[in-house]
Amino acid sequence: MLFKLGSLFMKPGAKMALLALAIVFPALASNEYQVYVMASAFVWAIAVYGLNIITGYCGQLNLAHGGFFAIGAYTLGLLTSDAGWSFWPAFVAALLVTAVLGFLVGVVSLRLKEHYFAIFTLCVGFIIYLLMDKWEELTHGPVGVRDIAAPYGFGVVDFTETTPFYYLVLAFLVFSIWFMGRLSRSLLGRTFIAIRNGDELAQSLGINLMRNKVLAFVLSTTYAGLAGALYAGMVRFIGPEEANIIHTFDMITYLLVGGIGTLTGPLLGTISIVWITQSLQFLEEYRMILFGPLLVVLVIFFPRGINGQFLTWMHHKAQTLSPAKKKKSSKVQTATSGEVKNNA
Amino acid sequence: MNLFFQQIINGLTLGSIYGLVALGLTLVYGILHIPNFAHGALYMVGAFMSYFFMVDLGVHYWVAMAGSAAVVAILGILCERLVFHPLRNSPPIHDKIAAIGVLLFLEATIQMFWGSDFRRMSSPFTGIMNFDGLIIPEQRLLIIVGAFTLVIGLQLFLRKTMTGATIIAMAQSREGAFLVGIDSNRVAMMTFGISGALAAVAASLYAPINLVYPAMGHLVIMKAFVIIILGGMGSVPGAIVGGMIIGFAEAFGGFYISTAYKDIIAFGLLVLILSARPQGLFAKGAH
Amino acid sequence: MLKVEHLTKMFGGLAAVNDVSVDFEAGKINAIIGPNGAGKSTFFNLISGLHQPTSGRILLDGTDVTNMPSDKVARLGVGRTFQTTNLFEQASVLDNLIVGHRLRTKSGLWDVLINSKRLQREEKAARDKAMEALDFVGLTHVAGQFIADITQEERKRVAFALALATDPKIVLLDEPAAGVNPEETQGFAELMRKMVDNGLTVCLIEHKMDMIMSLADKIMVLDHGEKIAEGTPEEVRNNPVVIEAYLGGDEDAAA
Ligand SMILES: Nc1ncnc2c1ncn2[C@@H]1O[C@H](COP(=O)(O)OP(=O)(O)O)[C@@H](O)[C@H]1O
Ligand SMILES: [Mg+2]
Repeated sequence: MLFKLGSLFMKPGAKMALLALAIVFPALASNEYQVYVMASAFVWAIAVYGLNIITGYCGQLNLAHGGFFAIGAYTLGLLTSDAGWSFWPAFVAALLVTAVLGFLVGVVSLRLKEHYFAIFTLCVGFIIYLLMDKWEELTHGPVGVRDIAAPYGFGVVDFTETTPFYYLVLAFLVFSIWFMGRLSRSLLGRTFIAIRNGDELAQSLGINLMRNKVLAFVLSTTYAGLAGALYAGMVRFIGPEEANIIHTFDMITYLLVGGIGTLTGPLLGTISIVWITQSLQFLEEYRMILFGPLLVVLVIFFPRGINGQFLTWMHHKAQTLSPAKKKKSSKVQTATSGEVKNNA
Repeated sequence: MNLFFQQIINGLTLGSIYGLVALGLTLVYGILHIPNFAHGALYMVGAFMSYFFMVDLGVHYWVAMAGSAAVVAILGILCERLVFHPLRNSPPIHDKIAAIGVLLFLEATIQMFWGSDFRRMSSPFTGIMNFDGLIIPEQRLLIIVGAFTLVIGLQLFLRKTMTGATIIAMAQSREGAFLVGIDSNRVAMMTFGISGALAAVAASLYAPINLVYPAMGHLVIMKAFVIIILGGMGSVPGAIVGGMIIGFAEAFGGFYISTAYKDIIAFGLLVLILSARPQGLFAKGAH
Repeated sequence: MLKVEHLTKMFGGLAAVNDVSVDFEAGKINAIIGPNGAGKSTFFNLISGLHQPTSGRILLDGTDVTNMPSDKVARLGVGRTFQTTNLFEQASVLDNLIVGHRLRTKSGLWDVLINSKRLQREEKAARDKAMEALDFVGLTHVAGQFIADITQEERKRVAFALALATDPKIVLLDEPAAGVNPEETQGFAELMRKMVDNGLTVCLIEHKMDMIMSLADKIMVLDHGEKIAEGTPEEVRNNPVVIEAYLGGDEDAAA
């Protein structure tokens, strides 16, 4: 079923079909709660797209991602509840704050390689949690932030209703994926992937490591901030638990299940896992008994997730379907280099 | 003066526990170059195993501790065999993600059996020793002496036995060790076993003056990482010295600066150190 | 072309490269040989800016590049390959090569957002460059295949193509023919000749003596970080110090 969803995404016009499905989803849903779950899956998917930039494309395991999500949520929450801002200005501020903090953290942390980076960001994530929990003057500590404003619809729509909010999130998700698609195909996206292949190789190709890694990091934290702000506008009551490392681990699971470093992976992984968790209610609390081993099995046997596996399969199918084309071009090659080649 | 002395005892206690946990982490890193994010979960399982043996099965504290060390050692070996060994040639983020998978699994499993409540586990050493007005709770003394003994024992094992020598050899050069015909599988399993046992003992020692709950490993593992970065990843003396530094920083920082933020001290230190020296404080040229 | 003066690199107490001076001429094939651990790769790392030298100078066409970061050095026209190259296994050969021309382009985030004319132009240029490089190394027929599906020898050629896509003036090749059979080695030798014929300067590290002796215009011999000999293949072959280093020690048995 997920395979079908993946192949759907590949075909021309399929994106439109999928979008149409998302648009009619509230009408198909049997109750409002399902719409709410889908909207929250979309919110998480946006954050997972962010994680995909730095971890999937750039190859740097960022364990503070959930922390930046929480910063986005808290910025929006505190500005609308304590400072009395209205939603949209606070929303923009949330994006700016996560981008700026992402820049600052990125400049320090991205000088570190591999393990050091992962450990450092793990600690940054925890510092974020501690600050939310302890800095009571600013964050209200464990009590959390209440009375967060919902987005106002300029008198046209009421976003406190579930369905309009669903469409709002959908719009942001579509924008996020659209931009990600463009990025991943662009020279900039290729630059990020070159960094994942290896720092030294990338440098020898004239790529400025720091500048590109920091850019990727800022983009990823901004995505996290966007998702966090939407989340705060949706649940309208947040606490330090939003910064719990478990959310970062959840997002890594979504990313790995869907396909790390792929364009559809984050969406696929997030939606499927969110719904599986939902439909198996008893799983909610103990989901990690399954997801933990799932992560291990995925990295050992299917490191590229559903979508990655699918793309590889599609590629091989395409290769075997066009033997004629292959033979022809191989002749051209023999002519140019005069090299003896096996035809295996 | 007495309060000051109290902080020294606190620092030594904390430093001992952190040192033991960091020691296991640094051994695994030195041998296999895996930052084992699941190490804190092993520590947590160690505490629960002791709790289980002592409270549910009613055995003596020492027996419970030994049982817990054995269980967690086996758990560590299983992790190596089932998870990290198959991933030894994978891209660098895979083993980290797998370690996170193990961590999530262990935590959820423990939570399923024991719930997420905070539990108390009392040891037979509840007395307080009084040296001329200097007061030391017995359990704290036990922690300090226990950790000290373990570290000496480990050093003897590493320096004086053949097996220990192979572990050191492999920590210095994996390929080199392979060339001289060291069975790297056996060393890897052994290292994970020792690392797990150390974590379990540390948890069992600390549990009586702390609480036992499924998330108890989070802070500890992060601090242990800070410690081994401080002391040089893979360095045994570095882990012990680093553990003491963080232990004392927390005891004194918590007392003289702020209790609420004492947990931030370690991470603040890490941010400072790594900002200035991306390779860690005492790291040698390589890596 | 490339002038190195008294170059030294210390790793802790170890002098991986010790007071090496050498001059590589444009349009020639320059080889560096020496036992394993002699400091050959480190020498390349110093030139390409991956490591900063402890002392000494590196001049590229008269420009001092001694302490320049490696991405700038690459932009000045130093391309290189590594002993092992990590590529994106689950992407096509062509997709892996397009980024090679990135250093000659300027598009940033904003161009991506608005899909600017510049971005489109530069992406086409990068793609064309990648195809050109692929053609140069004789791999157009695998352009669409995944890296994971091509042979070891083809991978090595892809690494060449990647370096070529950066539009280098000089290429540093670290053991390009390691682990390929004699027939394929011949192919690599031809490829290097072709590079020089196309106006490139080649520096290579290699252990395969037959290949070096017939291919190189000039050979530098490193041992324990020091330059022990330099000259034409003929001169080096008959140099008693070289014979001593190669036959005296047993290090090269592993090489
Ligand atoms: N990054 C590094 N840190 C420490 N020592 C290094 C580093 N890179 C190389 N070395 C040491 O420098 C010496 C030369 O290595 P290398 O240049 O790779 O030799 P070669 O390529 O000639 O085989 C070796 O002893 C090696 O261990
Ligand atoms: Mg080398």
